[in-house]
Amino acid sequence: MTDQTDYTPVAAQLPSRRAARDTILGLTRKDFGLLTVVIALTMLAPFLLNPFPSNSAMAQFNAGYPDLMQRFVIFGIFAIGFNILFGLTGYLSFGHAAFLGVGSYSCVWMFKLLGYNVLPGILLAIVVSGLFALLIGYISLRRSGIYFSILTLAFAQMSFALAYSVLSNPSFNLTNGETGLQVYTNDPQWLQGDGPRAPHIFGLAMRETETLSVGAWNFQFNAGYYLCAVVMIICFYLSVRLFRSPFGMMLRAVKSNQQRLNYTGVNARPYTLAAFVISGMYAGLAGGLLSAMDPLAGAERMQWTASGEVVLMTILGGAGTLIGPVLGAGFIKYFENIFSKINESTLHAWFAFLPDGLEDALVAIVYPFVGKGWHLTLGLLFMLVVIFLPGGLVQGGNKMATIFRRDRKGGGVEDDAAAQRQAGE
Amino acid sequence: MTRSHFTRRGVMKTGAATGAGLTLPTIFTGASRAQEQGFTNAPTGDTVTLGFNVPQTGPYADEGADELRAFELAVEHLNGEGDGGMLQTFSSKELDGSGIMGKRVEFVTGDTQTKSDAARAAAQSMIQKDGAVMISGGSSSGVAVAVQGLCQDAGVIFMSGLTHSNDTTGKDKKANGFRHFFNAYMSAAAMAPVLESLYGTDRKAYHLTADYTWGWTQQESIAAATEALGWETVENVLTPLAATDFSSYIAPVLNSGADVLVLNHYGGNMVNSLTNAVQFGLKQAQANGKDFQIVVPLYSELMARGAGENIAGIPGSQNWDWKLENERGSRYTGTNAFVQSFGQKYGFPPSQAAHTCYAQTLLYADAVTRAGSFNPCAVVEALEDFEFDGLGNGPTLYRAADHQCFKDVVVVRGKENPDNEFDLVEIVEVTPTEAVTYEPDHPMFAGGELGECNPGA
Repeated sequence: MTDQTDYTPVAAQLPSRRAARDTILGLTRKDFGLLTVVIALTMLAPFLLNPFPSNSAMAQFNAGYPDLMQRFVIFGIFAIGFNILFGLTGYLSFGHAAFLGVGSYSCVWMFKLLGYNVLPGILLAIVVSGLFALLIGYISLRRSGIYFSILTLAFAQMSFALAYSVLSNPSFNLTNGETGLQVYTNDPQWLQGDGPRAPHIFGLAMRETETLSVGAWNFQFNAGYYLCAVVMIICFYLSVRLFRSPFGMMLRAVKSNQQRLNYTGVNARPYTLAAFVISGMYAGLAGGLLSAMDPLAGAERMQWTASGEVVLMTILGGAGTLIGPVLGAGFIKYFENIFSKINESTLHAWFAFLPDGLEDALVAIVYPFVGKGWHLTLGLLFMLVVIFLPGGLVQGGNKMATIFRRDRKGGGVEDDAAAQRQAGE
Repeated sequence: MTRSHFTRRGVMKTGAATGAGLTLPTIFTGASRAQEQGFTNAPTGDTVTLGFNVPQTGPYADEGADELRAFELAVEHLNGEGDGGMLQTFSSKELDGSGIMGKRVEFVTGDTQTKSDAARAAAQSMIQKDGAVMISGGSSSGVAVAVQGLCQDAGVIFMSGLTHSNDTTGKDKKANGFRHFFNAYMSAAAMAPVLESLYGTDRKAYHLTADYTWGWTQQESIAAATEALGWETVENVLTPLAATDFSSYIAPVLNSGADVLVLNHYGGNMVNSLTNAVQFGLKQAQANGKDFQIVVPLYSELMARGAGENIAGIPGSQNWDWKLENERGSRYTGTNAFVQSFGQKYGFPPSQAAHTCYAQTLLYADAVTRAGSFNPCAVVEALEDFEFDGLGNGPTLYRAADHQCFKDVVVVRGKENPDNEFDLVEIVEVTPTEAVTYEPDHPMFAGGELGECNPGA
């Protein structure tokens, strides 16, 4: 890796030669620091996400239960993959949910045909979504900009219609339509043997959860979550390597000026196609993991709203930054699962200490923003982020960091990318 | 600031130590909350939590809102607040307003968004985070089937709300899942005699069907029942659930040779397709020398309200209607008690979705009390082959073979001149239980297995 600067036309953005030589696992110290932060955050998530005692009123805001933690890291993987395409090449795919859905269906089919071990399912999910991405990418990448976005959107909506309706008629049922594909007791499961009757990895069931009770706190350690977390760390590591590689540099070159690249005699298509396929495989992996955690694949995973969600995650966190998409994914999933569950009676319980009239007034003001109104809150926050922090949450983090740093001009971990992003606005 | 140097060896050492530290607590935590009593989310304190998972957004949001009202009312009555509603008329007298087995009932709510994925995520959070021991609700068969499967795996009871597909207690039935609502087969069986007396035996039917599990089974059931009368099925066209404009589907109907249009649609779909059909003049049209007719197999007051005057004269079936006891006598006792307490709290009569959710909550609470345990397996045993009365539907049986309730089915018709916006349908006929009962291995329900009850943990 030390000689990477030799290839690249944009050497100024690279870490200096001295720093590049000083590497751990092929990462510069800064990147390695970032990786350790990610490892620490994911491994300690059951503690970090459960800050409030389980019988207190604030327990409503705890997010440390297996299903949501799994979603955090799985959508983190999805967003990391999306960022490889969007953050590096600038190609805005509006159809990435199709790969997520294809991955989910592949994984459930492996459960139905082979058995509940998650490995074949996850592997097939990656392979099938990779092939699918190759097909869609080959066609869509003939255009760039808005036309590319529209093409991918069209493909995703076609996939959704296929999964929702065409491929789910009673005579040929590949996707089981609106109900969602699931495992039935009369499925063949040739390799099932006498393993657990639920997704497992060599006998360790994904839903196996150990609860650690410390005083009023209940911390849940879930096997499925840790599997996803390890996969996400690997994905994150790979994406860091890819960002810092000559290949990543080439993708950035595509983003900054594709025409200039063409005139210098470089054909950008193979690079963008490779990025598209890698990104599709990340999405497929995320879909496979979703099914591995909960063996049901629904067509709505492929709908355009799901594609839009990953765009939001990436932009909210900071497109082109390494950790941004993961943060964005966590942010959106937190709102979807925690804020949407606050109902009117919860609000009344919170404000019960106030006099009646005031209580009702406060509830009336807050209620439209929680419960089924969580989209509204998310929309407002999204607006604030895009207007004031165009570099996403990562930029916000950097701003906070500089306030506390002695050396105010010193760069944060992801300054380069955030700055680049800002310039791109 | 100190400078730290990462080395590969150092990282491995720290990693190993951290890993060991993280696994250490598991040595002495063996007994988690769930394992203490051998089933998932065994309530330990003086409260018990139920999870109500309803569509608060999306095409079935109206139904969901009404279901939530009913759940809140049921919890109130179980905790001894309000006027007690159907607790007074329920044939089982175990519930005394002291919660469930002395534990005060609390509840959490979630939004299914009428999407299987979102519904399962909401249910998961109720089970894993809030410790819900029973999940209820849902206003779409796709969602009900998905959540029922989840509850089976997690080891909690699922008391389904409004779900009408044959599959819920047919090929997708699960031991931990129970359905009080009627199903597509029952609708068809109840409607056939009424359709015969209204429109005769020589008819040609054109079906528009919502393209998902409920639509398919509804179409299959009604086609089979009408063909047995001598009707002919001309064509069946599947329409996407998300469709809002059905003109292109309605246009070919008049020239197809059919003289009856069957709309296997529900909720917003039905409101739109019926409106389109009326705009195309189907109600006044003549075909094959007869008046053209429209049939809507599954009806609800909420839909009738949405469709307005277009609904006049159109027949359909319902699980329950709020006028049942007034018009058909004390066999349907409980109806008025429920309508009164619901009306007092919210100011209008309840829909059938509200009724079935209220009844399901009471039935669960009663089963727990009779079983003397919250253990799902004990509850399943208490509910299987349970015969009861006084919940508004007359004598009812919870059949053990498929966890489906068997009771009378109401056949209704849109009123020509409704008095007010809540009194839009008139009861034509109440088909007795025997006429809608089927064998558990009926071909329309075959293919699934209940399996074993799962207490989880």
